[in-house]
Amino acid sequence: MMTSRNHIMEQVYTVEAGNFVLAGEASGQIKKVLKQLGVDSNIVRRVTVAAYEAEMNMVIHSVGGELILKVTPERITVTARDRGPGIPDIGLAMQEGYSTAPEIARELGFGAGMGLPNIKRCADSLNMQSKVGEGTILEAYFDIKAR
Amino acid sequence: MEKYYHSVTLDKEKCRGCTNCIKRCPTEAIRVREGKARIIGERCIDCGECIRVCPYHAKIALTDPLASIQKFPYKIALPAPALYGQFRNVSINAILTGLLKLGFDEVFEVARGADYVTEFVNEAIKDPKRKKPIISSACPAIVRLIQVRFPELIDNIINIESPMEIAARLAKEEFCRKMGVKEKDVGAFFITPCAAKMTSIRNPIGIDRSWVDGAISILEIYGPLYNQISRLEDDEVLLQKASPHGILWANSGGESSALDMDNYLAVDGIQNVIRVLEEIEDEKLTDLEFFEGLACTGGCVGGPLVFENGFVAKNRIRKLSEQAKGRHLSREEVVDAKEKIQWYFEKPILPKPVMKLDDDITLAMKKMEAIERIYEGLPGLDCGSCGSPSCRTHAEDIVRGYASEMDSVFKLREKVKELAQQMIELSEKIPGGKTSNNGK
Repeated sequence: MMTSRNHIMEQVYTVEAGNFVLAGEASGQIKKVLKQLGVDSNIVRRVTVAAYEAEMNMVIHSVGGELILKVTPERITVTARDRGPGIPDIGLAMQEGYSTAPEIARELGFGAGMGLPNIKRCADSLNMQSKVGEGTILEAYFDIKAR
Repeated sequence: MEKYYHSVTLDKEKCRGCTNCIKRCPTEAIRVREGKARIIGERCIDCGECIRVCPYHAKIALTDPLASIQKFPYKIALPAPALYGQFRNVSINAILTGLLKLGFDEVFEVARGADYVTEFVNEAIKDPKRKKPIISSACPAIVRLIQVRFPELIDNIINIESPMEIAARLAKEEFCRKMGVKEKDVGAFFITPCAAKMTSIRNPIGIDRSWVDGAISILEIYGPLYNQISRLEDDEVLLQKASPHGILWANSGGESSALDMDNYLAVDGIQNVIRVLEEIEDEKLTDLEFFEGLACTGGCVGGPLVFENGFVAKNRIRKLSEQAKGRHLSREEVVDAKEKIQWYFEKPILPKPVMKLDDDITLAMKKMEAIERIYEGLPGLDCGSCGSPSCRTHAEDIVRGYASEMDSVFKLREKVKELAQQMIELSEKIPGGKTSNNGK
């Protein structure tokens, strides 16, 4: 789905919980879109890495949600919004190495506790809110510098 | 030099305008327009996939004819190691001797050039400042693929010349010194398994001018060379100098296995290479140190211009490498070569962002929106009958101004239906503004 008006472009991708067949598809699409928009390749890489981590987080930990790409000529925003279960302690979740990933994900090489720290490293700024029983919303911002 | 020189071209007479090539091109560089394939020059990376898949042999590689060596008073042959895998029960030395009998004054094995490159790369990977993984520059189609599709990885490409260039420079330097002749009188000819090498001679990346003067395809030289080889007597001079490692460069993984390290990945087949480059770009392979990507299945032995089945050739190369008499380079030889020739790129590799929709991001966003809108109206069958490889590309082509909506048979059918409806409505009208239904 895509909407665009007054120099804002938005694309919404559905992310299914536990579906490793589709995992990575949304962030892959985001990368393709940004390359076509001619965004600087360094920014494309950072957005893609962050979007992939956010997508995998939702696949592994959430009950499902969506990944939203918003582009304006000045800024790119990646929003990951899920419908639960919510993170009790965001500070703890942001720590490198902290993980609550289930066995199935760890067997696939995920759940090293680097997801959120990696998103933080890639993004220019980050906003995260979570409510147990309701869900988590993560927003990662990337500035498009003057080229 | 032409703006976009390409070895890969179309034989228009033979082209039937089918969809085989447009659907297999890794950079979506081919369209069918007015019943014939058309290659978009700025996108083509000369990988030769289209040559392989065209059932009518309408996609061809322009290379130099064998007779072109006569333009030079002195001629040097630079055989690609893939040439060694073309003949059954023939030694490398017999192949090299056969080349001399064909009219070359000297042969210099590109596999020997590869031995030098291995040493240069071994030194470079020790530099902690280099971006990892280091990406091999050996396959010109992959270097061009990175320019077009993975500009973020350009700095990972090692700035060391290919074995072909190293071989040409060393061969010419040695020949001119030994024979006391001028460089301009010596022509060096690469015996090539692929079109991409021909392109990198005419239109090199990282240097202004190639030291190679022409490329003769293995397919072209196979017959005459076979004739010479079959008439050889036993008193051959030992010409084979490359090490077993250098010879293995013909196969995928040969380059990597010669290096002083274990943390490498060797991938062949252009679609496989694309998949791994995506992962490198997404930082999923962070512990990788070296990446060797070869466009052709199996490596250069699977090139589009070889005679022998690539899998058979690969096995022969493995056996020939085991029997190879050449030795490894000495420290002195490596230092000496570095002093004598230019062995690294003089110029940076530049990105070719041909996929982007517009230089202005606001306009690019508008175009993206238009693409989505058009795409939603297309059937999503990706049949290629409009001349573009997929419905998505067709929508992009319309927005970029390369195609019209009516190129799609589905859109055309809708339009015809609409027109037919209008005609019926018109035919039911009678002059005076009354319709024929009146009075019923």
